[in-house]
Amino acid sequence: MSNNELQTKQGSDDVIAIAAQWLKEGRKVALATVVKTWGSSPLPVGSQLVIDDNYAFAGSVSGGCIEGAVIEEAQLVIKNGEAKLLNFGVENERAWEVGLSCGGDIEIYLESLM
Amino acid sequence: MKREILTRLQSLRQEKQSVALVTRLHDGIQAFVTEDLVEGELSLMDDTITTIRQRISEDLSGVIFEADIKIFVRVYSTPLRLILIGAVHVSQALIPMATLLGFEVTVIDPRSSFASDERFPDVTMMTDWPDEAIRKLKPDPHTAVVTLTHDPKLDDPALKEVLPTNAFYIGSLGSKRTHASRLERLRAEGIDDETLSRVHAPVGLHLGGRRPAEIALSIMAEIIQTLRLTA
Repeated sequence: MSNNELQTKQGSDDVIAIAAQWLKEGRKVALATVVKTWGSSPLPVGSQLVIDDNYAFAGSVSGGCIEGAVIEEAQLVIKNGEAKLLNFGVENERAWEVGLSCGGDIEIYLESLM
Repeated sequence: MKREILTRLQSLRQEKQSVALVTRLHDGIQAFVTEDLVEGELSLMDDTITTIRQRISEDLSGVIFEADIKIFVRVYSTPLRLILIGAVHVSQALIPMATLLGFEVTVIDPRSSFASDERFPDVTMMTDWPDEAIRKLKPDPHTAVVTLTHDPKLDDPALKEVLPTNAFYIGSLGSKRTHASRLERLRAEGIDDETLSRVHAPVGLHLGGRRPAEIALSIMAEIIQTLRLTA
């Protein structure tokens, strides 16, 4: 079953199922979860993004504002296995880098799946 | 997160249990909490467990504190389910829409010519009589049920079985007149008006559409409205 089929079948928000599938395929995987939001962040607490070491990703943590930066950070977390908390705000340069201004602040827990 | 924790999370969810994965944020140590179990490396105080169980019932993920320690609670609720009575044209349109919205869809139709694999290749199909099928599926607060056959022999037994459950949405396809006679039949079976008022009929938000896909859209719109604004 291709990943596209998997995502369609299980609904677009079953990131955990996708993560489990990727691990089974032997890919190196990290999971990002929104743990806190302030102001008008676009997605609720608990929203998740799964990333592999080839920059493939599924799900989302902000509807597109900061995914690029999270995917980048994930490469490091996959390499060294250490979880970290990331903070993104409108003042944060990285939020602007991709040309979007979500508004609000987002705290993200980024962990590798080992 | 260790692979075993992910595997355990998947198995708990497959058992149709609501589960919280709890993470101590400064070191990543984790535990599972459900209605009746607590397991994992992270030990939690009784008060914290009570708070987490409260959050599970509210489907509310978020950060909590145990003394000064920051703990993140991610609630994985039982999956959203949509049960359709009738393998009809509107069902064919409902299946992809509901799947996209994150629902697991089951279609019930004992009429084999309707419930053929050719018409419904990619969905769980049950050919039991509707009341029996509903009993097996056990609708819960994350389940929506819609009757679509227009045939009282099929729709009525399904409704009688669904109404006492805590399904968050019950809808029935049919005009106002069809629904009025449906209510009369069910009243005659001893179901009271308050219970019957749970049935959304005519089904769906009023969008003015008439094609099957348009009717499916109005049904899904009403289901999401009920889930997000009132349930």
